[in-house]
Amino acid sequence: MNERQIMVADEVRRAIARIAHEIGERNNGVSDVVLVGIFRRGIPLATRIASAVQSIEGKAVPIGALDITLYRDDLEIRGPSNTLQHTNIPVDITGRTVVLVDDVLYTGRTIRAALDALTDLGRPARIQLAVLVDRGHRELPIRADFVGKNVPTATSEDVAVRLSEVDGGDDSVVIIRGEA
Amino acid sequence: MTVPAVSRYAPWGPTSARHRRHVLDLDDFSSDEILAVLDNAVSMKEILGRSVPQVPILRGKTVVNIFYEESTRTRMSFELAARTLSASVSSMTAKGSSIEKGESLIDTIRTIQALGADIIVMRHHESGAPYLAAQHFKGSIINAGDGRHAHPSQALLDLFTIRERLGRLAGLNIVIVGDIIHSRVARSDIWGMLRCGANVTLCGPSTLIGDTTMWQATFPNLRISYTLDDLLPDTDVLMALRIQKERQQAGLLPSLREYSNDYGLTQERLDRMPAHAIVMHPGPMNEGVEIMPEAATSPRSVIEAQVTNGVAVRMALLYRLSGEPTATS
Repeated sequence: MNERQIMVADEVRRAIARIAHEIGERNNGVSDVVLVGIFRRGIPLATRIASAVQSIEGKAVPIGALDITLYRDDLEIRGPSNTLQHTNIPVDITGRTVVLVDDVLYTGRTIRAALDALTDLGRPARIQLAVLVDRGHRELPIRADFVGKNVPTATSEDVAVRLSEVDGGDDSVVIIRGEA
Repeated sequence: MTVPAVSRYAPWGPTSARHRRHVLDLDDFSSDEILAVLDNAVSMKEILGRSVPQVPILRGKTVVNIFYEESTRTRMSFELAARTLSASVSSMTAKGSSIEKGESLIDTIRTIQALGADIIVMRHHESGAPYLAAQHFKGSIINAGDGRHAHPSQALLDLFTIRERLGRLAGLNIVIVGDIIHSRVARSDIWGMLRCGANVTLCGPSTLIGDTTMWQATFPNLRISYTLDDLLPDTDVLMALRIQKERQQAGLLPSLREYSNDYGLTQERLDRMPAHAIVMHPGPMNEGVEIMPEAATSPRSVIEAQVTNGVAVRMALLYRLSGEPTATS
């Protein structure tokens, strides 16, 4: 397989620390912030951002998990999922600042689905978006508030984020060249 | 039952939900697929607990309920399930419809297809009717009960409720007591429970169980007993089936009172079960015959949970049948 590494473990760690700083700056502290990870890799990322926020701001931030499968718009293309995940947000999001967390921002369709899912669960004061990698090629008017790294890609390529919690081994981000 | 309509799926294995087209009985569900449905139903149950219990995934899909036999609970359960997933739902009962004017089942199915239905949920008094419907419908059929044959969504909600309460299915001792021979619920339950590794014992008077060699030809591991009291100390799940009063007129029961004495679920019998054991009933109940009111409302009873869980399980089934099946992957 034709892979090109674009982030190593240290870079992932620094990017998460920077995002944690920016979340505190942007929101003037984190007292109203809830971090919501999108299944699958958004959840360990949200957990890591939360612990970085805790060490910077000295405050624990609630973490939630969101499965957006039932909000997708591509059921006819992908078919039903054999295993749905459980949405679990431990606090009422109404009136809070929700920071959605995902690994890669690409077409924006996942985030569109996540916004719909969140509005069904309550009425947040505002929703922000944090991603480890923004690879471009948006198909919807969506942008991220906090970005670990902007990476220009071709649509024929794939971006794979590997996190120790999910994938084992060291963290890394690679671009996989598609077969042309 | 061998029917061409079901032989189309299966080769892709349990990792993909895409191959399932119809839900006619549990006999063509592997244990992996049953567990996948139950897992998805857990997620569906979370949605039902929200303040806005609706997700958009089946927007634009049409689910039609055709009930040739009355059934309030199953029909409402499917309606709620479809609405929660944002499908549009129509329901028709035989009474007052074209069926009363003599329209054939096949013509009714074709008409509903022409009206744009994606999924038909069907209850019919004849065993096998949904299999016939499946051969004439381009979408999906869910069997909501056919004659004495099968009631797969009920069996799945039973499995879901057992797993929710006792944490597992494999190795449990399950006793189904009552009018087994006339029960489509029992037949689907047996398929599902055995496939998930539970031990199943049928219990009741021999007139309501029927030919034991026939049972054992289909289910070699099935146990049969005529004495409920012997089974109680070692039973994890006790499920009572409805006794219809007509069974006595047909000569299958000497009297309803004698049935109650031997097989009725009384508090006294419940007390002889292990502390964790649960009591189930698919409804509607004949209280005072197969189950006493105090048993139906005892802390062991999960009868209300069965009804609630039915919606979540049916959501999982409707979702599983949706989306265009693709040959690749």
